[in-house]
This record gives sequence, C-alpha cells and structure tokens, in this order.
Amino acid sequence: MAMVENLPSAQTERPIGFGRLKRKEDARFIRGKGTYLDDVRLPGMLYGAILRSPYAHARILSIDTSKALAAPNVAAVVTAKDLEMLGLAWMPTISYDTQAVLAGDKVRFQGQEVAFVIATDEYSANDALQLIDVEYEPLPAIVNARKALDPDAPLIRDDKVGQRDNLASPTWEAGDQAAADRVFAEADTVVTRDIIYPRCHPAPLETCGMIADFNPETGQLDIYNGNQAPHAHRTVYAHVAGLPEHMIRIMCQDIGGGFGNKVPIYPGYVCAIAGSIVAGVPVKWVENRTENLTSTGFARDYIMRSEICAKNGKITGLRVDVIADHGAFDSTAQPTKFPAGFFHIVCGSYDLEASHVKVKAVYTNKAPGGVAYRCSFRITEAVYLVERMVDALALEMKVDPIELRMSSFIAPEQFPYQTTTGWTYDSGNYAETMRVAMDIAGYEGLRREQAEKRARGELMGIGVSFFTEGVGAGPRKHMDILGLAMNDGADLRVHPSGKAVVSISAQTQGQGHETTFAQIVAEELGIPPEDVEVRHGDTDRSPYGLGTYGSRSTPVSGAAVAVVSRKVRDKARLIAATMLETRPEDLAWEKGRWYVKGDPEKGAMIEEIALRAYSGDPMPAELEGGLDAQVIYDPPNLTYPYGAYIAVVDIDPDTAHVTVRRFIAVDDCGVRINPMIVDGQIHGGLAEGIGIALMEVITFDEEGNCLNSSFMDYLIPTALECPEFELGETVTPCPHHPLGAKGVGESPNVGSPPAIVNAIIDALYETHGVDHIDMPCTPARVWAAMQGRAEPPQ
Amino acid sequence: MQTPASFEYERATSVEGAIASLQRLGFGARIIAGGHSLLPMMKLRLANPEHLIDINDLKELSYIREEGDEIAIGALTRHVDLLKSDLLAERFPLFRDAENVIADPVVRNRGTIGGSLCQADAAEDLSAVCSAVKAHVVIRGTGGERVVGMEDFHIGPYTTAVGEGEMLTEIRLSLRPGGGSAHEKVERRAGDWAIAAASAAVWIEDGRIADVGVALSAVGPTTIHLSRAEELLRGKAPSEELFAQAGEIAAADCSPSADGRGPIDYKRHLAGVLTTRALLRAAARALPQEARS
Amino acid sequence: MNVSISINGAKVSREIEPRQLLVHFIRETPDLTGTHWGCDTSNCGACVVQMDGEPVKSCTILAAMCEGHEIRTVESLEVDGRLDPVQMGFHERHALQCGFCTPGMLMTARALLDENPDPTDVEIRTAISGAICRCTGYVNIVSAVRWAAEYEAAARLEA
Repeated sequence: MAMVENLPSAQTERPIGFGRLKRKEDARFIRGKGTYLDDVRLPGMLYGAILRSPYAHARILSIDTSKALAAPNVAAVVTAKDLEMLGLAWMPTISYDTQAVLAGDKVRFQGQEVAFVIATDEYSANDALQLIDVEYEPLPAIVNARKALDPDAPLIRDDKVGQRDNLASPTWEAGDQAAADRVFAEADTVVTRDIIYPRCHPAPLETCGMIADFNPETGQLDIYNGNQAPHAHRTVYAHVAGLPEHMIRIMCQDIGGGFGNKVPIYPGYVCAIAGSIVAGVPVKWVENRTENLTSTGFARDYIMRSEICAKNGKITGLRVDVIADHGAFDSTAQPTKFPAGFFHIVCGSYDLEASHVKVKAVYTNKAPGGVAYRCSFRITEAVYLVERMVDALALEMKVDPIELRMSSFIAPEQFPYQTTTGWTYDSGNYAETMRVAMDIAGYEGLRREQAEKRARGELMGIGVSFFTEGVGAGPRKHMDILGLAMNDGADLRVHPSGKAVVSISAQTQGQGHETTFAQIVAEELGIPPEDVEVRHGDTDRSPYGLGTYGSRSTPVSGAAVAVVSRKVRDKARLIAATMLETRPEDLAWEKGRWYVKGDPEKGAMIEEIALRAYSGDPMPAELEGGLDAQVIYDPPNLTYPYGAYIAVVDIDPDTAHVTVRRFIAVDDCGVRINPMIVDGQIHGGLAEGIGIALMEVITFDEEGNCLNSSFMDYLIPTALECPEFELGETVTPCPHHPLGAKGVGESPNVGSPPAIVNAIIDALYETHGVDHIDMPCTPARVWAAMQGRAEPPQ
Repeated sequence: MQTPASFEYERATSVEGAIASLQRLGFGARIIAGGHSLLPMMKLRLANPEHLIDINDLKELSYIREEGDEIAIGALTRHVDLLKSDLLAERFPLFRDAENVIADPVVRNRGTIGGSLCQADAAEDLSAVCSAVKAHVVIRGTGGERVVGMEDFHIGPYTTAVGEGEMLTEIRLSLRPGGGSAHEKVERRAGDWAIAAASAAVWIEDGRIADVGVALSAVGPTTIHLSRAEELLRGKAPSEELFAQAGEIAAADCSPSADGRGPIDYKRHLAGVLTTRALLRAAARALPQEARS
Repeated sequence: MNVSISINGAKVSREIEPRQLLVHFIRETPDLTGTHWGCDTSNCGACVVQMDGEPVKSCTILAAMCEGHEIRTVESLEVDGRLDPVQMGFHERHALQCGFCTPGMLMTARALLDENPDPTDVEIRTAISGAICRCTGYVNIVSAVRWAAEYEAAARLEA
C-alpha cells in the first residue's frame, strides 16, 4: 500500500498550480500511519523521565539518587554534577542567556528539571522518579512581575556574574518620545489604560520529546525530534556538545502541532543526548502534559500601560510601557536586534503622527519563555494592545469603533508606508477589507439587533479588530537569530522522467507544506503537484534555513521555491532553444511548456526538456547537464498581511457566561497558494483566539505553584465553544514577494482576541459601565466586571 | 504520560465475590468500574491502591427499571444509559439535564452512577441530582444490605457512608404524582466541572408544593442540601418571587471556596441564580403532570 | 499477568503488568501506533478507540479490563484498500492538519454515524466535544462528518 499517494477524491478538478488542491499528506494521517516522535522505536532504546522541582525558588541542599539507582530496570540517574563533567549542566538560550539543564545550586521555577532517570521502559522510569530524595531549602519567590525589580526582591539569577537584580534585558525603545509627547500635548482626547495579556500556552496536542541515538563506534548522533527549526538546533547542539555538525543528523518526521512550542531547545533534549552519548544506546524522552504546561515555552505575559490620543476625529499618537515577564531564564526566540520581538508594530494600521514604545523584561520564578503560540514575535501582544486602545478611545469619543478606524487607517496611496517605529508596510487597502467584513457580518443589522435586545435586558456585543502584522523574517541586513541569517534555501531537481523533488528549509507541523510547496513548483513549471515530492525535516536532506514559525514558510521558503523554480525554468528555456533550434528570446512560456512565439505548435514540454537534460544529446554551451537549481532566499523585507475581524457575543446577564455566536474574519494575505489550506489555518487560529480570550491562562499562587498544570485546568475550546467561522478575503499582492503572497498562519491568533474582548465590553459598557476587562473572560471575571470590580489576573 | 504505581488486579465474577475480596484485602483495595475518576488520580499518584477489583463484568448491576412505586438504578449503570433512558427522562428529567453536561460523551460511555456517587467530589452533578430527588442508596456488605438516604450518604469531601468491605449496589427513587425536576449548571467550558450547579425537584398537589428537594454541587466541601430553602417552599404556591427567595437562601447557605473556577462571591451568586432557574423549570415540568393526575 | 485482547478482529496476547493502560498496550502492538495520547487527565481525546462499538478513552482503561471485548482502532477503518467514508470525508473537507487528533476524531465520527446516520451539526459537535483539536477550529471536521453521512445515505439509496 503506497503511503504517499494522491487519494481518490470526489472533486475531479485538480489544479496544476494554485488552487484548492486536496492534501497529499492526508493519505498517511487518515490511516493512522503518521510517524510522530513517540511512534519511533529503536533497538535497545531506553526511556528517560525527568524529576522536577516542586518549589518555585529553593536552594538544593542534597540529592540522593541511590534508591532510584537500585530500582528495577533503571540504567542511570543523571544530575547536574554528572552534566558538569560533560560541560552540559548549563546551555545557551536563543536570547543569549543561559539556562540550567539540570538544577545544581538552586531551582528557579516550579517544574524545573532536577534529575534525569534512564530506564528500560516508561513505567519504570516514572516509578524511579518517586525514589529520588531531594532536600530543598525554600526561598521567597517572585511571582508578580511588577514586583520583580523591587529593592527587596530576592535575586533569582545569582548564577550570572554581575547580575544584581531581576532585570532580564535592558529597556528596549522604539519610536520618538519627544515627538509623541508633543502630539499628546496637542491632542483633544487622551485615554489611558492598563492592559494585561496574560500568560497562556500553545499546548500542541503532541507534547515535546526526543530520541537521541549516539553511535559510539562512528561518532554519529542521530536525533529524532519534532522541532520547528532543525538546522538551527543542529548548529546549537554542535556548539554545545562539541560534536562536529556533519556528524549530527536531526530528523523531524510528523509533528503533532508546534505553534511555537517546538522552537526552543529544552533541557530534556540535552539530557537525552547526554544520556545516549554516555550509555551508547538510543535514549527516548517524551514529556507528559503537566511537564509541557509547566516547563516548556509559554506565551505572552505582557503587563502594559498605554495612552492613545486623537485630534479632529483621527488617532494621532500612542505611547506604551511594558513589563515583560520572561520567567526564570530568558529563552525567548526572536531576532537578535529585537529583544522585544516585533512588539513595536504596535503603531498598528493607523496613520499616526508619533508613537513611543518601551519594553523592560524581568525574571520571575516561573517557567521560561514568552515568544510562542502564533505570536509573530510579540505581534499578538502589540495588536491586542492597539486594538483595545482604539476601542477605548472610541468609547471616550463616543464614536462607532469602525468609524474611528476608518478615519485613521493608512490610505492605499500611502504604501509603501513608513511607520513611526521604523516598519515599512508593503501594501494594503484597509478600508476595503473592513467593508467586506461589515458586509459579511451585516453590521448595521447587528447594531439594530443589539438595540432591540438591550431594550429587553439581553446582552449582546459586537467587537471589531483590525490588524497589520509583519511576518516572513527576515532580511539578513536587518535580522539574525543567534547570529544565523534568517534566510531559507530551496533545492529543486527535475528527474529525467519530468517528475521533481524540491527540498526546503521550512518545517511543517500541519500547515500542509507537502502540498503547497508542490503547488508552487506546479504553478511555476507545470509539473503536476502529485509528481513533485517535497522533502523537509531531515537536516541531511534539506537546505539550511531557519525553519517554520513567525508565519515565515510562505514568505521565505515559498519565495525560495518560486525563485528556484524560475531558475529551473530559465535553464529549461535554454535547453528548449537548443532542442527547437531557435534562440531563447524567440520562446514564450505557457504552464509546462516553452513554445516558439510565431509557431505555437512547435514547443517542448518540461518533461521532454528534462529528459533531454540528462541525455547525451547536445546541450546549450553555457549549461551543465541535468535540470536542477539551488537558491538561498534573502527576503528584502517582511511581508505585511492584514485583516478585519468582527466578533458577535451573547452574555447571560445573570451568570455572565459568554458565548461567541459569530466570528467574521476577512484576511488579506496577498496571493493565496491554496485557499483551502489558508481557510483551515484561519479556522484553527480563531479557535485558539477564543481560547485565549475566554478560558486559557497559566496562573500561579503566591508561592509560585502553577495552578493550571493539566488539561483539567488549562482549558482549550472544544467544538461546542467555536461557532461556524465566516471567512472572507481580499487580495492585495505583496509587491516584493515573487508570488505576491504574504503568509497567514498567525494572523487569526493575532486578530481574534481583541475582537472578542471588544465585543464583551461593547455588550456591557452601556448597561454596566464596563470599559475594560482583562482576559481570560471567564464567567467569574465577566461577572466581577459587571459588578464594577474587574481585576486583572493575578 | 504519567502512569500509575503497581497494583494487583482481579475481576469480580459476582457481587458477593467483590465484597468478599474487599473484606479480605482491606484498606488497600478499591473497586474500579468506569475508572474515569480513579485512574486519573492513580496516574497523578494521588491515589495508590494496592488492589483493584474490577466489577465491569457484573452486568446484573446495570439497569434502570420501574419496580412498583420506585425506579431502581443499578450502581454500574453508565452515564450514557442514564442520558438515553426515556423512563428517567419522563419521570425525572433532571437526570437528562445533568447527563448532557457531565464530562463529555466519550467519558460517559464508561463512567457509572455508582462511581460518581462514591467518588463524592463536591462538584459531582449526580450527587446533587440524587439528593434533590431524595434518593435512597443500597449498600451491601458481608452482613447484608442496608438502605441509606442521600442526606446521610455524603459525609464529607470524597467520603461516603460506604464502609470497608461494602459496596454501593443500587439507587432507588420514589415515584410520586405531580413531580417535576431540573438541573442547572454553569461551567467554564463544555465538559468542565461545575462552577456551581443546582438540582431541584418539586411535587405539586392542588397547586401547592407538597414536597421539594434542592441541592447544590461544587459550592461546599460536599453536596449542599438546602433544607432551609425546602422549608420555605413546602406548602406554598409556586411563583417566581418564591423561587427568587429560595435562590437567596441558596446563596447564603452554601459554602464555596475560591479557586480557578471562581471567587466565593461569584459562586454564591451563581448558586442563587441556578437554584431559582432550576425551581422554575422543575415547576413548569410538574404542573402539566399535576393537571393530568 | 497474561492478557488476550481482540484488536481489529485479531487476538493480541501479551504478558503485561496489571497497570498497563490500553493505549500503551495498543501502541506496543506492531503497526498500531495510530492511536495517540496527548494528556494525563482524560481530557484531550487523542487516544479514543472503540470498545464494543462505543468510543472510549484508551488512556483511562486498563488493558486487563479489555479481555472479552472488541477493540477497534483507526487502522481498522480501511478495508481491502477501501477507505471508510469518514476517512474520505476528512480528506475531502480538509478536516486535518497535523493529523494528531485525527484517529480519535475518526473513531468518534464512525461510532456516531453507526448510531445516528443523519446527525445535525450540533449533534456532531457534541459527539466530538470530548476531543481537542488545536489546528482546525473544528469547522471542517463537522463538515467532513456531514460529507460522510451524505455519502453513506446516497450509497444506501443506490443499494
């Protein structure tokens, strides 16, 4: 039975190129034949399990592993002391900080890794954890980021030489403070708000894990690992483990969701590698869900204070001051020059006169992280902030929130548009997209319905958000991660048969790359997508690149594939000219074929050209044999997808339970390679937005105990919480992308939470005077707001 | 995944056999039926029984039947069967109300009413349901059977009247004319435990509330039985105003704790709102029946 | 202890500890890694299989409890190279992205249609409310199940 074949489909149309092509990768998944990390079994494999700290902050006085070592089926118990001998007790993070692999002196967050057990099976490894005795001396914990820099705050990172406080990275600024102050002084309306984007978690359905397989005879380290940036990881492991890079192979097969959770390198990975190197057999470590929620990269946790102002009915200025809670180690992932990620896109979709942004990152006794969960490097935080502030301003000015946005949008003729914080937006027709959303929603009708319901004591809200985000990082002159350029490669080889293989740097975790990238080749070369194999996920068989996150697959890898396909097409032209005994400039292209301009019957199909390229027949003088090309694509800029979202909510006036009745999303992500896949990406992100707005949160008590450490308390929306999403589109091509595409994976997560929160306030402002509420808008929190007692979470 | 500690396992082939094993093995032995309360606790190492006695083969304990002026429910009856039962839906519609919001449909294929009642989590919907309809439960031990009313069944958090060497076998509901019932619940998300839930059952004769049962889930250390509200309601004609007063008593007489689901004041408020709503719906369901009889 | 469980119509016998969960028993059987797991607390539904035709969470059942019962996993849906209509529907309607929740969703959908051949959207959403999907937002999953229901209704008419 073929694993990767085109499945029979009820739909007869199968586009060669862009279009609603059904997915090639479905074949194995619908049969339960995917290969996820935990599905991989290797001969002689051992299982790891991690002992984690119950305390948020404590000195380690002693660790007694003797009982665990004596337990049945236990091969080894590793602690920081053992790792120190290998130089692996600490590892570098993507933010140029260090993170403990196993805690030696202190534990700094509840759930921190303390010991690593290796046993013959998972059950025995878990049993052995119970037999390790650790003596702790608890210390006071910092759980409130606002208190992290108090003079009497306990020092968390006393491991860092010269660290005297809990500042994780110096204050980062963007915009122009003096200009902003002037604009605010001249404004006729100013509104101030304290807005929190609480800590939440990407929680992909498949948890993180790794199999490390070190061969002591050959010195080869094979790694099986679901991660979103395999090449970057390999470079780090080579550096950290002192192994030559060409002797490390990372294989990401199928990944059960990433959403940014599978970008960082986790201590469990280093433990598995160390375990395998020492034991000489494969070691598998797969975390459980509690570990995932309490120790892997969380998202958000931004405490923001902001002011927005307007003059003559138009938004003119924005000031934002942020405390960013990074947890106990600074392990956020973002380009080096932008320690707050792209947060300074907070100037939004508006033609502001001035803005100023300040972000300060602090350490707390919580799990490390912050940049994750489809955030586009903090753009989720930025858009949430600006869209909430615009609504707050609309309330104060007593104008319709859409009207205020329309009067302040960047106009189409202003593109490319330089924002007050240094971004150059590529293209946009914002008002048009907003109007499409209003049409789909039936906005006027909704306002009438709201008025009628209000008269009857029923609470209904309509909330809007409009976002511009920046994805596809990024140009090498502007950005790098850990010194690595954020460029992606593409290798395309057309076989003598005319079928092709394209190898890419991007790493799918469900985005459909095996289909969409084949469609790009199909669009450019006319080879049917089922005849184009997309190869990725194996560092030995794919070009160097920085992977998939920040919605960069289409903008960067997609561009690379388009460019490499055109290179092949150009080569094919030269070969066709030789075959047809004419000059290259006399040939024209129709999909799949070069033909003579004056004589269209006379032509050469791509399959014929490919065969010719490998045959012994004459080739153009300037070309070598074969039909292939390689590209490393350096994007000239980010791309800037945007969208208009409208949420309709109903709130039970007595129980304060919120239902999202309708959600309208109109996205402009430029040209869409596969509209079916684009729609699917948007559906998924909207569901996550509902989760964040209404129920997802990671909270701690005063002692730093995590209160949301399982799916009983970290609540994710089910099918009953999600409405039938209503999608629309506008298409404003990206002027600098070879396909005009912009990318879309994170847009729905960026745009939806503010729309929902704006809707809730819209439902409650007139009747209850609620002008702000922080997420998650659980029934309890909404009720408190209705009583005039809304409090920010923890 | 987190995994349970080791234990010995046996399959009971009869109720007597299960009881004999419980008696023989003592404190470290637990019955397992659906297992959807016990196994998660065992995986998290919050429960570590040394012996599990699997009673899933005891099909004779799975039934819903009318026996004279009672409905008898076997302790092993699964949630899904309680949900589907037209007999229960007609005579005690609060069961279907509750089952629609207990856990999720897949869990409901395994969990049992006996398991839910014996788990005695204060947030168990069925505990409030059985309390409101004034159920009696049958407990069997080596010494024979005894019948316990719901008011004596839930003793404290996770603690019931079922003693060592004993097993819950049946739940009995009295059939009386003019009855109506309802269960109301608010949760943060489908399938979640209640933030608060209220069960109400009324029996109406000659336009007056002849008898009433009201109980709350998730707003106390165990199921809250609202006897003061019942006293208020008995003998009176149903009205919105009366039920609102009962709601106020509910809000005052429960003792919720603050947790991730909500703070104390919100839970009290909810207890009141849901009590009123449950009574209104119960009365609306009772009146046509009363008119018919 | 030794257990013998019927999985997809074939007897699988193995020496296990009583505490082994059904999901692990299944996944340790050759070629049966299609059943997944995603949590510790019976919430996520990635592990759903059928036991005597009903969807159950295999992470919350002991393998030992399954002797004498019929277990069916996602691998049983395709028969002699013919895909089950629910599998076809998921492909037609793009009801999967990363594929991790898919086996559990398929087994739930199959059981739903076996009991209720013409479910409404609300009935479908309720049936799958015990399973989490992070990728699709559920819209296409509901659409896929409706597709399968209509496909089977048409097939019954023809027969």
